[in-house]
Amino acid sequence: MLDFTPPSSVERVALRINPCKTCQPVGAMYAALGVHGCMPLSHGSQGCASYHRTVLSRHFKEPAIAVSSSFTEGASVFGGGSNIKTGVKNVFDIYKPDIIAVHTTCLSETIGDDVRSFIQEMTVPDGKHVVHANTPSYVGSHVTGYYNMMCGFINYLSASTGQSNGRVAVFPGWMNPGDLRELRSLLESLSLDFVMFPDQSGVMDSPLLGHYDMYPDGGTTIPEIVSLGDCRTALGLGDVISTEPCRALERKCKVPHRVLPYPIGVENTDDFVMEAASLSGIGSIPPCVERERGQLIDIMVDSHQNYAGKTAAVFGDPDTVLGLMSFVLELGMTPIYSVTGTPSEKFEAEAEKLLKKHGAEGCRAKSNADLFELHQWIKRERVDVLIGTTYGKQIAKAEDIPFVRAGFPVLDRYVHSYMPIVGYKGAMRLVEMIANALMEYRDRTCADEDLEIVM
Amino acid sequence: MTGTETILGKYDPKVYKNRKDHMVAIDHDGSEKQISANTRAIPGIMTHRGCCYAGCKGVVLGPLKDTLVITHGPIGCGFYSWGTRRNKARGPEGSWTQYCFSTDMQEADIVFGGDKKLKAAIAEAMATFEKKPKSIMICSTCPIGLIGDDIHAVASQIENEYGIPCMAFSCEGYKGVSQSGGHHIANNQLMRRVIGADVSSPAPSRISVNLLGEYNIGGDGWETERILRKCGIEVVSVFTGDGSYENIAKSHTATLNLVQCHRSINYIAEMMKARYGIDWLKVNFIGLGPTADSLRKIARYFGDPSLAERVEQVVAEETAAIADDISHFRSILEGKTAAIYSGGSRSHHYQKLLEELGVKTVMAGYEFAHRDDYEGRKVIPTIKDDADSKNIGSIEVEADKDRYLDFLGDERRAELNAGGVVPEDYAGMMPDMDGGLIVDDLNEAEAETIIRTLRPDMFFSGIKDKYIIEKHGVYSRQIHSYDYSGPYAGYAGAYNFGRDLAMGMTIPAWRLITPKWRTGSVLEGSVSDGGKG
Repeated sequence: MLDFTPPSSVERVALRINPCKTCQPVGAMYAALGVHGCMPLSHGSQGCASYHRTVLSRHFKEPAIAVSSSFTEGASVFGGGSNIKTGVKNVFDIYKPDIIAVHTTCLSETIGDDVRSFIQEMTVPDGKHVVHANTPSYVGSHVTGYYNMMCGFINYLSASTGQSNGRVAVFPGWMNPGDLRELRSLLESLSLDFVMFPDQSGVMDSPLLGHYDMYPDGGTTIPEIVSLGDCRTALGLGDVISTEPCRALERKCKVPHRVLPYPIGVENTDDFVMEAASLSGIGSIPPCVERERGQLIDIMVDSHQNYAGKTAAVFGDPDTVLGLMSFVLELGMTPIYSVTGTPSEKFEAEAEKLLKKHGAEGCRAKSNADLFELHQWIKRERVDVLIGTTYGKQIAKAEDIPFVRAGFPVLDRYVHSYMPIVGYKGAMRLVEMIANALMEYRDRTCADEDLEIVM
Repeated sequence: MTGTETILGKYDPKVYKNRKDHMVAIDHDGSEKQISANTRAIPGIMTHRGCCYAGCKGVVLGPLKDTLVITHGPIGCGFYSWGTRRNKARGPEGSWTQYCFSTDMQEADIVFGGDKKLKAAIAEAMATFEKKPKSIMICSTCPIGLIGDDIHAVASQIENEYGIPCMAFSCEGYKGVSQSGGHHIANNQLMRRVIGADVSSPAPSRISVNLLGEYNIGGDGWETERILRKCGIEVVSVFTGDGSYENIAKSHTATLNLVQCHRSINYIAEMMKARYGIDWLKVNFIGLGPTADSLRKIARYFGDPSLAERVEQVVAEETAAIADDISHFRSILEGKTAAIYSGGSRSHHYQKLLEELGVKTVMAGYEFAHRDDYEGRKVIPTIKDDADSKNIGSIEVEADKDRYLDFLGDERRAELNAGGVVPEDYAGMMPDMDGGLIVDDLNEAEAETIIRTLRPDMFFSGIKDKYIIEKHGVYSRQIHSYDYSGPYAGYAGAYNFGRDLAMGMTIPAWRLITPKWRTGSVLEGSVSDGGKG
């Protein structure tokens, strides 16, 4: 596996090998699927919509609906105005969504299509909406596309009536339905009145009932997006992914905001819980939350001998990696390599802070990096466990390293998207996955006389 | 045509007018059926089609294991086509297919041009890897054609500098109407640059073939090669599953071309006939009957009695080995119906295998086929090139005087034709369908109507509608990726396919969809009779 990869690196500035990111439009598509009754429309070649639907379906094992304005060579020369107008009409006729969320592609961006004007010139049926976001594939990554689409919804729809609705806008970032349900349950335990945007739970984890609903129960509703403008404050999760939507809401509707790291691990979840408690004014943390936290700490003490003191490599999206790094450090492990493909100075600065806080030395954290480089680092100095997306399995196989799947995309396992990695429950699951990976490795590689029945 | 009218009912007049020509009900009333295909998808329709790049890099070039394929464009396209198509490859030293190479174009590169970055990227690859690829292929994505990067000039500079064959493919996603344009672009360039490039290779045995349009999904190519070799047929090269630049460069030395996927590779088959005189036979290694028929056809082509004898031995031996299993699977599947929607060839190929398992096909369609894939090659002269096809372009191929060989000769050709073995022909899917519906470029809305009205027991399609089908409570199997099973070709494949369907149709989950409380009142139950359900 990956037999041609040499341990020694040559500096690369032009060539990307084995990327740890993908392009903006898929992020825009996933964000839009977190809105109830929404049809994402990819403005470009139909291959983009096809690829993005495919990767989303492969991660969630669920339908991922979206359409394309199906550019031809002619449209690429003369502009895609006619394609998008026909496309929007057909979508409302055939698929009857409440809202169409248009995102651009490298094709429509390169030719300079003015999507805002196209939307203004369209006839949109009464009570229906068309919004858009510019998501050029040659800027940032899928993470950028995710928050750009969120900003698109906010800029088009959110409005301030001047009267606060007393709620808190919660921007969860890019999460699986299992994470979103966990966040929701924590916030409910803390008696917080909130609007979650976007919210893919219900949409990307729908039940099999013998019939198909294109727009299942789930997703942030249009009135809820409008009402974001009357929220008393916004709570963004993930510095890299949620800061821009928070700012967009503040710019448009004067809603103040606070951004916290993803609630992955003990202290990040503590911060999230305390912030939510202070916003809800609940006064004290409910016993059920404190019990769950205590259970997690109990597990961490019980099982530490299996992972404490080990080294890890963590890769994926910036906020996810920062969260995982933080928890890995709390587990007494050293994340000697942390990598994201998304270009982000913030990621590198936050990672440095984290490592310093925990006194971790000899660690490298790099943004705008790729898995080829990570593999070369590992070839030079091996790690005990690898944590990240499906593509890590190549490195794990090549180097025989225990591997834990987390983040996006995970294309080769089932159920993962229903299960959280956030909150105390999510942390328990991460402990289980990390410990199991290491323990299974030990079972598999040890001598017969060393095989432990009790561990 | 009630079938098609139900499907078309929801459309406005403009969409109706377009889509109605893409549907044909097969009734065998003697009239010639015509279908509209290889035309633009309607914007906003949830088509399953991909793009030109997907056809060129994703399908045809991606599987080449000794070739460094670099995607020139923003990161997405390279990322999505990285390891996702199951074109298995193994080599003694490893395979380049495990890697994804991209120029990861940034905004400044779009504004100022990306030629320099492309050249630098390949230079970095050359500096990074001690192991050198046998060739380098550059595939461009949408913005590249728009900003006017001259990737072909970069390719020749690279070739001169590193002494490694380097070729460029202008397969921008917006070209053509589907993946099909990309197949054609890849075919053209392989013909220009690779086929026949190895002039020194010794001639293979007289009974030698190339396997065209076999991408080794789930190991299909390996199973097909196993059977061919067992019969004593030498396989010179495979286009392109587990394939290589090295083998394709000597493909001109084979005696005969076998075409599995007609849609993606027929251009090369035709061009090799024109340049080298190599005949091609349409084969189908999906299903027991089609595999045996294909082997017999090949034996008759070569006219070698000992080959014919070996073929009969292999067919008898392999068929007997799985006969009991196949009849067991058939006993489970007998009487079921299927819908099948694939790229450009499988919807035809799988119908016979399904029939052998007792399953009748009630709907079949293609994502990116042309009319000849449905109606047969006899209609090719009547297909008018539209603007989209003209943009792809065909290349003119002349006979290579030194290497042109008519293996059959006029007399044997006439004899074979009379016996029903007709090289250079494919009759398409329609003649093999006994009733049922054909839909070209089937979209999500139409698929749902088909599920509701025809109620097939199983629906073979791709990942984008797999989960929609299953929400309806209908068994779905991906016919592009085989849901990570396979091979499905040849004898091992027939067994695997039968086993997978029998398993998929009978898992307990299907009868658990409706909870007990939906069929009996919760309130009527009591503690004492709660166990009766």
